[in-house]
Parts: sequence; structure tokens; C-alpha cells
Amino acid sequence: MAIGRTPAHAGSSAETSLLRRPDGRSGLAGWMTTVDHKRLGILYMLSAFTFLGLGSIEAFLIRLQLAVPNQQLVSPDVYNQLFTMHGVTMVFLAIMPLGTGFANYFVPLMIGARDLAFPRLNAFGYWIYLFGGVFVYSSVFLGGAPDAGWFAYAPLTSLSNNPGNGIDFYMIGLLIAGIGTLVTAMNLIVTIFSMRAPGMAMMRMPVFVWMILVTSFLIIFAFPPLTIALFQVIMDRTFGTLFYVPAAGGLPILWQHLFWIFGHPEVYIIILPAFGVISEVIPTFSRKPLFGYPVMILSGIFIGFMGFAVWSHHMFTTGLGPVANTAFSLTSFVIGVPTGVKIFNWLGTMWGGSIRFATPMLYAIAFLFMFVMGGITGIMLAMPPFDAQANSTYFVVAHFHYVMGGGALFAFLAGFYYWFPKISGRLLSERMSQAAFWVLFVGFNMIFMPQHFAGLLGMPRRVQTYQAGIGLEIYNLVSTAGTFVMGLALAMVVFSVVRAFLSGQRAPADPWDGRTLEWSVPSPPPHYDFTSQPIVYARDAWWAAKHPELAHDEPSHEYDASLFDRGGIHLPGASWFPFVLAAGIFAGSYGVLYHNWPLAILMGLVVVVSTYGWAFEGVGGHHVHPGESAHAETGSA
Amino acid sequence: MPMTRWLGRATLALAATSSLAGCEFAGPQSTLDPAGPVAQAQLELLAWSYWLSWLVMIAVFGVLAYVLVRFRRRRSDPDAVPQQFHGSVPLEIGLTIVPVLIVIAVAVPTVRTIFATETRVTPGPDDVVVDVTGYQWWWRFEYPELGIVTANELHVPAGTRVILNLDSADVLHAFWVPRIAGKRDLIPNQNNQLWFEVSEPGNYSGQCAELCLGAHAYMRLRLIAEPQAEFDAWVDRFTSAADRPVQTDPQVQRGHQLFATKGCTNCHTIDGYRAGTPVGTPDFPNLTNFGLRTTLAAGNLDNTRENLAAWLRDSQAIKPGNYMPQLWSEADPNADDEIAAIAAYLLSLGSDDSTLTQATLGGSDGDR
Amino acid sequence: MMSDAQLTTAAAERPAHGWRSSPLPDVKLIMWIFLASDVMFFGTLIGTYLIYRGRSLVGPYPLDILDIPLTTLSTFVLLMSSFLMVIALHALRNDNIPMFRLWTIGVALFGSIFLGFQVYEFSHFVEVGLTLQQNLFGSTFFVLTGTHGVHVAVGVLWLVSIVVASYFRPMRAKDATYLEVAGLYWHFVDIVWIVIFTLVYLVEFI
Repeated sequence: MAIGRTPAHAGSSAETSLLRRPDGRSGLAGWMTTVDHKRLGILYMLSAFTFLGLGSIEAFLIRLQLAVPNQQLVSPDVYNQLFTMHGVTMVFLAIMPLGTGFANYFVPLMIGARDLAFPRLNAFGYWIYLFGGVFVYSSVFLGGAPDAGWFAYAPLTSLSNNPGNGIDFYMIGLLIAGIGTLVTAMNLIVTIFSMRAPGMAMMRMPVFVWMILVTSFLIIFAFPPLTIALFQVIMDRTFGTLFYVPAAGGLPILWQHLFWIFGHPEVYIIILPAFGVISEVIPTFSRKPLFGYPVMILSGIFIGFMGFAVWSHHMFTTGLGPVANTAFSLTSFVIGVPTGVKIFNWLGTMWGGSIRFATPMLYAIAFLFMFVMGGITGIMLAMPPFDAQANSTYFVVAHFHYVMGGGALFAFLAGFYYWFPKISGRLLSERMSQAAFWVLFVGFNMIFMPQHFAGLLGMPRRVQTYQAGIGLEIYNLVSTAGTFVMGLALAMVVFSVVRAFLSGQRAPADPWDGRTLEWSVPSPPPHYDFTSQPIVYARDAWWAAKHPELAHDEPSHEYDASLFDRGGIHLPGASWFPFVLAAGIFAGSYGVLYHNWPLAILMGLVVVVSTYGWAFEGVGGHHVHPGESAHAETGSA
Repeated sequence: MPMTRWLGRATLALAATSSLAGCEFAGPQSTLDPAGPVAQAQLELLAWSYWLSWLVMIAVFGVLAYVLVRFRRRRSDPDAVPQQFHGSVPLEIGLTIVPVLIVIAVAVPTVRTIFATETRVTPGPDDVVVDVTGYQWWWRFEYPELGIVTANELHVPAGTRVILNLDSADVLHAFWVPRIAGKRDLIPNQNNQLWFEVSEPGNYSGQCAELCLGAHAYMRLRLIAEPQAEFDAWVDRFTSAADRPVQTDPQVQRGHQLFATKGCTNCHTIDGYRAGTPVGTPDFPNLTNFGLRTTLAAGNLDNTRENLAAWLRDSQAIKPGNYMPQLWSEADPNADDEIAAIAAYLLSLGSDDSTLTQATLGGSDGDR
Repeated sequence: MMSDAQLTTAAAERPAHGWRSSPLPDVKLIMWIFLASDVMFFGTLIGTYLIYRGRSLVGPYPLDILDIPLTTLSTFVLLMSSFLMVIALHALRNDNIPMFRLWTIGVALFGSIFLGFQVYEFSHFVEVGLTLQQNLFGSTFFVLTGTHGVHVAVGVLWLVSIVVASYFRPMRAKDATYLEVAGLYWHFVDIVWIVIFTLVYLVEFI
């Protein structure tokens, strides 16, 4: 919202005012004020992996409790907090931000841009996500974590049914974290529309970028209903409104509708970037372009669109009636079609290729296997009569872990192994990575395959224990045993990453003979990403630059590279305000939660002042002039 | 739908004959072992999709396996660049049509089964109607036409359609007896309905299937189906409960007194239900004819003298979070005697013999 | 694709960032996207209101207390403010800075008058017994119209800030985009009010 600012003069630094923008890149302050998409991408990934670890600990405790029947390792109250936090952590704080981290780091590089359209907004999006996650987790030390499940059905969340503060931490924490998700989605849309390199037509963009674009639109339309629903519950609990109070005529089913109108698109928000990663990894390691590029994009858009039409398949047992159940069943079947088409296209990419079984490819293949299985159980669950038996049982738990874990997590791990050299400048040991993969694959299936049967034999979900003698023992025991195997795998991954940093080989710019532009810059990329503005002449732009004879399409326009970056590459200035604004919201949230209105109002003022500071601090930044000799890398004319 | 019925039977046969390392697909709460037409129809749908899934998996994973072997990078020419083909419109169209056909094959029986099992019905003269109210963490069953209120064990005549009107007194619950029918949620301010029929008499296990916090895992239930004559006898026992005198056995008599003096009557009633008669506090389980129950604490334990005594002594150890107060302190010297007396009294309710501890039907180990 | 001549102009006009692959300025595009999300926000609030319409167990009920003539007047004031917004932007585009400042303050003034009407209406409703906690009508009405009111207040603050800032850092026709995005926001808030007025007020009297 900068008002009337004059453009920065070539070579000038920050405005001469109190509000001088920091430009340092060193130390803690450098990271707290950074607006560099690569640094923010790394921060997202580090936070996401940390939350993944916390969520895994919760999962481990859950499985320990369920190892044998009638255990009391943890009480029902603690157990309810464990699975609630596990779900909240994995969905909101681990998997989705991991996708955001990859998007942040690689979308600009893939489209030949140097940053997102709004760098400070990008930083704010990260900090408010982190603060939101910390806020939710602080509940553990402040009276107890939320305990009503990750979808927090009303009226379990009413003040009378749930008097502690746990639910308030859930509602407020997710609300503020959601702000971050929303603004980052807006940022990415503008970036993808407006900052593509010359020649990078929409139909030449990598599929990963397309999936991020569709995902961002999904976020724009899906998060607001959640935000409002959260807000309504906060109002109920804080100010005594009656939105979800049955005694006043409130309808608990309204929460379910609003939550799932968000919640179903949410799973596509998670999986579409994962599909995008797979659509980069498989072509690279098959040495062939993606089969059916336009169809992959169209199917992604169709899935995104249909994702808004299926939400009540989470509500088949709530008594919506046969007509509604039929409608949502049919839309849920339909959404399986474009998903199936994608699977075929990935197979078609590998067909006729030269497949290299590097670690990223192993994860991609495992993804194909496990996502298809999860998709099949999804089609089964889309049949309301069967869902009447399977809903809210371990069958559903198995289904969504196959698509979210075996699907999204494995796909993002493929992305992690694929892009680790680029981000870190180090190579991971292939041997150790492949060993960890197999252990992870075995462990994952040990945990979740038996859960299908536990559900079919009558084990509901979210139960602290189960009765002996009805056939559930073996499945729960094997499932728990699998957590040890998976834990070993995760330890192996962490170990190999640490080793890579301490003594790993340096990574070249293009270790995989890649197809997209991020492989045209050094590993890790310099601060300014590209030495000179990339010009794009075909799909799979980097591959086309390396092998012009194999390029997909003909250049449609010639560009004179010297027209770009005259006066040097402008690097955006860093800023304290994204961090301060997020911190103000974070502190103010405690004010709201504890009804400490002076604190809330004071932090509100901090928010207002930070907003003005952000608006008026000026353009800042500086120009760099990297060596002119490096311009040949990107195949510019 | 003869095809799916055949497949359903085939799946069941397969399941019955397979016993991989102790896996049994039949069980007291198994969805794969239906004992009523609704559960049967729901299983047949699963069976149909299960076989279709095998077709899909064989096709997709078969291609995947082939591709991984046939097109792996050759050591002899590791840097070879294969032909860079980009797609094929005919193939895309064909590969879209196949999933569409599969979807149609799944959708048709699905829609038929939805309308066969999920429509709202109006009660007829032959139906048995029960108003079910979910509480944290027990079930209230009221038979409005028969004048019965009971808790946690639902008696129905076999071979008759039963219609449940579902409501909740507090938070969400879900009624689920897998061998009889899929579940339906109990939502405040929303009168859901679940109907079913039980084919064979038996004692079927069920459980709450929607998180209701606290002792959710322990909110279980039993559905007891009996031949019509025995069901009628059970009904009679209820309508005459208030008139039945307390048994003369001195321990039972003492238990009857303690039931009042220890404060049990503040929450629980044992007087049955008659139109116009107050039923006591509806918020806690009705204990009329408790001696006829096969389980106690909402389906958690067999209803035996020992279990009942253990429950009275320390209910939190059995069902953590439930609302029963601790009535005897650790050191109370009278505890064992008083508990035994109350247990004897409760087990005498409804039966003519205070040593009778279970319902006449099949015991409490279900129908296996 | 742009010609080299257009490229040169683009590169010169976009001093900080250079090349853009879309003719739409970044701030305008992001404002449109933000407004799309705001449509969903208000859609959810309005949807909640409509779902709970007629379901209050106790009064006061809408027919008892909604004042159509008064609200018609406040709606008119808000509509007029949007008209003034158009004039303000036109003035700035013509480099007429005094008029831009005058009309922008006019928008803020009219917006404040609208807010005054809202405050009056809310306090009157509370007096006759409709509070947030009274019934579903109270909860849904106040949260919906209150959220809208907050949007108006933010808009008023924003417009006043633009005018005040223009005294410290000159604003010219080439900076019109920054006023235009504030105008987009303002028009959106106005349109939302039209929808609310129709679905909350007018629909009770059909």
C-alpha cells in the first residue's frame, strides 16, 4: 500500500528517513527481515519438517496406546488431545506449508523471475503461519491442547461442552495461520500471471507452476468459509453468540458444511502441488517430456473445480437424505476420472523413456502405487451405503493416510530429494537415501494397510482403546510395530541430511540433467537467482536450451536480452514490518483468548502502526551487477 | 441385482475360507458378516467395488511393473535420450473413457442401494419404533408405543422392521451396529432416522462412532433380537416393572434400601415407565429390569455379579470420565457388603430369580 | 507478446521490477484476487444469516425492528460515496490534485455518515432487546453487518491516509493506480451492502 512513492533511482539505497529498510543478510536479523523467496522457502521447509516431527511424535504415542486393547497409557482426555494435535499439525502445519515452501523457492525460478510479486507480503505470510502454529502448540503448556479432533465438530466446541482454553487455541491459531495461507496464495497468483519470463507463455510453464496456480485459486475460495466458521465459534465462546448453540436453535450441521466446504478443497490444496512435483520428477528421471501436458493442466483445473462440489461426502451419515447423498456421491465418482487420467499420463511419460532409479524417482513410483490404492478406497467411500459402515472408522483413517501420506508426503519427499542439491548445494548419499526409502516404504505400509481391516471389523476412529476379542488385536499390533520401522526411516533421513551438510559432495547446477529453469542456476542459487534475465523459447525451457533440436515448440518471438536489467539487477529491500505485524497479531491473539482487552487493543495498535510503517517505508533495495560473462547459461539470444 | 448378490456371497465365501495368520473377517462388530438386509446390501456394494478395484490394480500396476522393467536406463547406453513424444489424443480419449465406464459401473448399483436403504420411512403398524437419545456416554431407548424406557441395550423382534428416531441430548454421537446396518449420526436439533431389520435372533455389538469426548471409546451398546414371542415377554416385564415387588431375599432387600440411602435414586430410576408417570432423571441411564441386561456400563462388561461389584467400587477404572461419583472411599469397611447387596438387588430387577445374571438369550458373548 | 518498443517502454515504466508478463499492475491484480476471497467471506456470513432466517426461538424478530426508510437513506449515502470515488479518481487521473483530495475526503465523509447510521441502528436495536446473544437473528445480523461496518471503517481510514500522505509525498496522475485499488475496495464494500440490504432488510417486506 505504498502511497505516492517515487521509484528508486538506479543504484540508490533506502529512502532517507526514519524508516530505512534493512538490507543486511547476515545473522538472525537477516533471517527475520528477509524477503528473499529462497530464504522464506527454506524457512517454510524447516518449520514444516519440525512440525512433521512433532506430529510424528503424537502419532507414535497414539499407536503405543492402541498397540493392545484396554490399555491406559494415556487417559481419554490426553488421547483426544493427541489425535487432535496430530491432525492439525500434519494438515495445517506440516504438509501444506511444505508445498508452500517448494512453491516459494521454485515458482520464481521455474518461470524465470527473481522473486514473488510482493516480497514483504511473502515474508508476512511465513511469519504469521509460524506464529499461528506456535500459538496452537502453546496450548500444551497453557492448560491443554484442543481435543475435539482436527475438524472440531460443533457442539463439541461450545463453551459449555469444552470449557478449557484448548478449543480457543485451535480456533484463533488456525484463523491467524490461515491469513498467511491466503496472502501467499494471492501473491503466487500475481507472480505467476505477471512475472513470467519473456517467452514463458502460460502453456510453456512447468506443470508444478500450473498446479500451484490452481492451488492458489482453491485457497482463495476455500479458506474464507473456514475463517468465518472459526470466527463464529470464537464469537460463540467469547461473546456468547448462538451460532452453534442447539438450545437456541443453532444447527451443528452448519459447522460441518462450512468446515468441509473448506476441508475438501483443502485436500486438493495439499495434493495438487504434490501432483506438480511428480509431474517434474517423472519426466526428468525418464528423460522424456510429460505425456499429455495440456491434459495434465486441464485435469488439474477440473479437479480443483470439482473439489468444491464434493464436500458432503464427508457427511454421508449425517442424515442429509438420499437425494443429497446421491448427488455428492456422483460428484465424488466424477472427480476420480481426471485423477485416473493423471495416473495414466505419468505412466505414459515413463513409457518409452530411459528410467533412472534415483531416490526421487523411487519416491515418485511409490507415490503412484500408494496414491492409486488410496484413490480406490476413496471411490469405495464415495458410495454412501458402504460409507455408512466405513465412515468414522479406521477404514477412513487408512484411506486418507494413503492419499495424504503415501500420496502427498511421498511426493513431497520426492521433491525434497530432487531439489535438495539445488537448495543446499550438497549431494545426499544415494545409497543411504535409497535404504531409508525402502525402510520408510515398508514401515508406512505396515502402519496403514492393517487399518483397513481394523475398520471393517468394527473399530471406530478417535477411540482411546478398543475391546479385546472382536478381532482387532493383530491389526493394531502390526500397525504399531510399523511406527518403529517408520521412525527408523525418518532417523535415517535426518542422519543423511546432517552428513550431507558436514561432509557431502558439492552439488553441480544440474545434477539430474533437468528440464526446468531452476537447474540453469548454480546450487545454491545466488541471491539474485539469474545472472541475466532468462528468455524462454519452448516448454521445458532448460531442456530446450540444452537440446534445441529436441525442443517442444518453435520460438514465436525473438527478444533482445540487453533490454532487461539495465542499470543492474534490482533486489528488493528487506523489512522488519512483516515480522512485527505478525508478532503483533500473535500477541494480540493471547489478548483475545484470555479476554485481556487492553493487550488486544495495544497489539491492535501495533498492527495499525506496522501497517503504516510497511506502507511508508519506501522501496529500499539495491542493485547488483553480476558478471556479464555469465549470460550464456540460459540460452538467451 | 443378482450379479452383486453373487459377488457378495463369493466375497463372503472367500473371506470365510481365508485365515491368514489368524485373520478372521467375521467378528461381533464386523461389517463383513451381515445379519440383516441393510448390512447385506451395503456389503454387496463393497464386494462389487472390491472386485472392480482388483481389475484396476492389476491393469495399472501391471503397466507400471512392465514400464519399470522394460524402459529402465540401459547400462550399455546410460546417456541415451529416448524419443521425446509428447502425448496422443486418441490414447487420452480412450484412457478417459475407461475410468468413466468404471465410474458408471460403480454408480449404478450405488444409487440403487442408496434409495433402497436410506429413504425416510413412515412407521407402519408392524414396525417397532424406538426413540434413541444419545448422551455422554450412554444410550437412552424409548419405545413410545410400548411405554418402555431403557438404556444401552436395544431389544427388537427379529424379522421385523425397526425404525429409530435419533436425537442427542448434548453433543454428536453415532449409532452403529455393524452387523445390522451402517451408522447414522445423532445430531441435536436434527431428527435423523435409521431403519433396519435383523434376520436372525442374536446379541449384536455396537458402538458410538462419532467423537463425543471423554469416554467415547466406552460408549458401546447391544442390539438384542429375539423371536416375537420372547420380545413380547420382554415388553411385558417392563410394563409390569413398577408393580413387581422386591424379592424377599434379605441381601436383595438390604440392597433395595441402600439403593435409596446411598443416593442412587438421585440419578437412576428403576420404576419403568407408564404414561403419565414421571420417569426420574432422563439424564442418566434407566435401570428398570437391570437384571435382564446382558452387559453393563453401556456394553463394556458382561453383566455378572463380579463385574457389577467392580463397577460400583470404582467405575472410573472401567470407564474413565463417566459421571458416576465414587460412592465408597478406599478405607470404608462397609463397602464390600453394601456393594454386594446393591449388586444383588440390581440383578434381581426384572428376573424372578436373583441368581439369574443374564438375559435368557445366548449369553453375552454375542452370536458367535 | 510485446514488441521491442513496448518492451523498452515497459522496462522504463517499471523501474523497480522491469518486465511484466501481464498488462495489469500488480497491486490491481492482487486487489481483485483479494476481493474474490472477500466475496467468499461475505458469502459465508450472508449464507449463515439466510440459513438461520426464521429460526430464532425468541424475539425480537426482523419485522419487529428493521427500519426500511432509515436504512434506505444510509444505503443511498453509501451509494453516493461510490459516485464520489469515481469523481475523485477521475480528478487524479487529470492531475487535479485539489479536487482529488476534496472528493476523496468526500468519500470518507459519506462513509463515516453511513457508519454513523449503523451505530445509531445498532444501539437502537440493543435498546429494544436485540443483542448478539439474544437469538439467532441477533447473532447473525450483528456479525454480518458488523463485519461490513469494519470493512467500511478500514476503507475510510485508508482513504484519509491517502489524502494526508499526499501532503508529504506528492501524488500525481501516474500514481493513480494506488487510488484506483482503494476505489475497487470501496466499490466492493458498497456492492456487498446492496446485497445485505436486499437479503436482510428488503426481503422481510416482500
